[in-house]
Amino acid sequence: MAHTSTIAAGGAALAFPGHPPDRHFKWWIIAPAIFLLLFIGLFPLIYSLGVSFQHRTMLEDDKSFAGFLNYAQLFRDARLWQSLLHTAVITAIALPIELVLGMLMAQLFLERLPGRQVFVSLLVMPTVISPIVAGATWRLLFDNRYGPINQIIGWFAGKPVAALWTVKPDLVYPAIILCEIWQWTPFMFLILLAALSNVDKSLTEAAEIDGAGYWRIFVKIVLPAIWPVMAIALLIRGLDLVRIFDIIWALTQGGPGTMTETISIYTYVQGFQQFEVSYTAAVAFLVILMLTVIVTWAIRRMGLAK
Amino acid sequence: MTPQRPLLRRPGPVLALRYAAALALTLFFIFPVYWLFIISFKTPAEIFHFPPVWYPESIQFANYRVLFKDGDAETVWNSLVLAGVSTVIAMILGTMAAYSLVRFKTGGENLAVWIISQRMMPPIAIVFPIFLLYVYFGWVDSYHGLIILYTAFSLPYVTWMMRGYIEDIPIELEESALVDGCTRWQVLWRVVFPMARTGLFATAVFTFVFAWNDFLFALVLTRTEVITYTVQVTHYFGGQSNFWAKIAAMSVLGTVPVFFTVATLQRYLVRGISMGAVKG
Repeated sequence: MAHTSTIAAGGAALAFPGHPPDRHFKWWIIAPAIFLLLFIGLFPLIYSLGVSFQHRTMLEDDKSFAGFLNYAQLFRDARLWQSLLHTAVITAIALPIELVLGMLMAQLFLERLPGRQVFVSLLVMPTVISPIVAGATWRLLFDNRYGPINQIIGWFAGKPVAALWTVKPDLVYPAIILCEIWQWTPFMFLILLAALSNVDKSLTEAAEIDGAGYWRIFVKIVLPAIWPVMAIALLIRGLDLVRIFDIIWALTQGGPGTMTETISIYTYVQGFQQFEVSYTAAVAFLVILMLTVIVTWAIRRMGLAK
Repeated sequence: MTPQRPLLRRPGPVLALRYAAALALTLFFIFPVYWLFIISFKTPAEIFHFPPVWYPESIQFANYRVLFKDGDAETVWNSLVLAGVSTVIAMILGTMAAYSLVRFKTGGENLAVWIISQRMMPPIAIVFPIFLLYVYFGWVDSYHGLIILYTAFSLPYVTWMMRGYIEDIPIELEESALVDGCTRWQVLWRVVFPMARTGLFATAVFTFVFAWNDFLFALVLTRTEVITYTVQVTHYFGGQSNFWAKIAAMSVLGTVPVFFTVATLQRYLVRGISMGAVKG
């Protein structure tokens, strides 16, 4: 980075001393990005903050000041808090499974294995599929009569099985989590594989010669080495899980009833099916606030702040 | 005495076991994709056969022909336009912003952090105010509305990734180009963009796949004209399961381009994933 100062300070004088467009060049090239982010990121936020203090619904465009009415309603809205609980449950179950399974797979493929490249190419496939298509695919797989999952379970059970995976209350969560794990474990696997192959071999080999066991080497040397990458992978996946929408929309649409409604599904239903305009704006603000707190906490906690 | 080799590196039965595990895992992850593809080639009788049949008698394309005849297949074209154009714009704007951040330290660390923090925004919280705004502008169900949104959503990622790649470009190249009489803009177009080629591809794959696979934004902001394939797939959902063939065929039409892109650019993809994680 020592070079940067050359062009930043001296570079401008290098070719065009005082040339007007040159002086503003650094702002000209970053301005479109800033403008676009303000337009899409900041402006709607301010706008909807205003809306959240009004009385607007689909039927009446009542723009009078409502005070904190909508925000007070947040605390009385049992369906909202249940949707947050559903989101937390899905995240708390799926994230550790994806991490552990991804780590095991990365260990499996870390050492030489014939045809490794082919395996890895095939394993990428679930992750690049659209989540809505992944959900649709599993919907077909889970079908009680014409899907192969009940058929396979039936082989092991020795009798036909007709489980209603996307309808039965005790089966919907396993169904959603299975689909989620299927799609995103390969993502975790790829990142961890890349991180593991970057671990300094001489360190682990030296520990081996000193007689350290596999588990001890993993905890004391490998894990600290891959932690920065692993933490970011966890953060990315954790955030994605908290805003999960597509897979559930394809599998259950939040049903049966509101049993699998996550915060994203709930917000969508409020805003675009019931058109509670002002109230949805307040919900959106709650979501943004919560995510900001979680992300800030996670970044501090994981020591990612640079 | 040489130390015993660790379990996973020993040849023989352990390698065979690892191989079996690798095969089993790959089968688990591939099977749903296989099932999706195979349904799209089945006849209605085969789709609704009990017990399910695992491969069709013959490959037939009637399910696809229907999609092209009804015009449903055009939604794939919409996805291509939206994802393609927004990727190109995001790459250009994001790389320019990254260049400004790296070489001029524009706005200090604060601006860089602000840009990446935009990535954390939950789409569901953004999409509602955006919808109100687009209704006001009359931008709902328009190409440019979604292109602007996809571009803005990819920009933080592109800027962040390209920062890393631009730091790797030797600054002497830019300095000598300036000495040779290039303007700053020419340096950007003729030195920085070509030199960051690998990074541009790696980042573009992800940007493209993100926009291509999006569902929520398209669901909210399209009506009839610019429906993407992801929204079209959900149009076949219903109480009855008689649209299975269409769900499968439409999904395959939307998935094949991604598989193709990823397969051709695979070495960039793996690099992109690991770089993104390493550089954060």
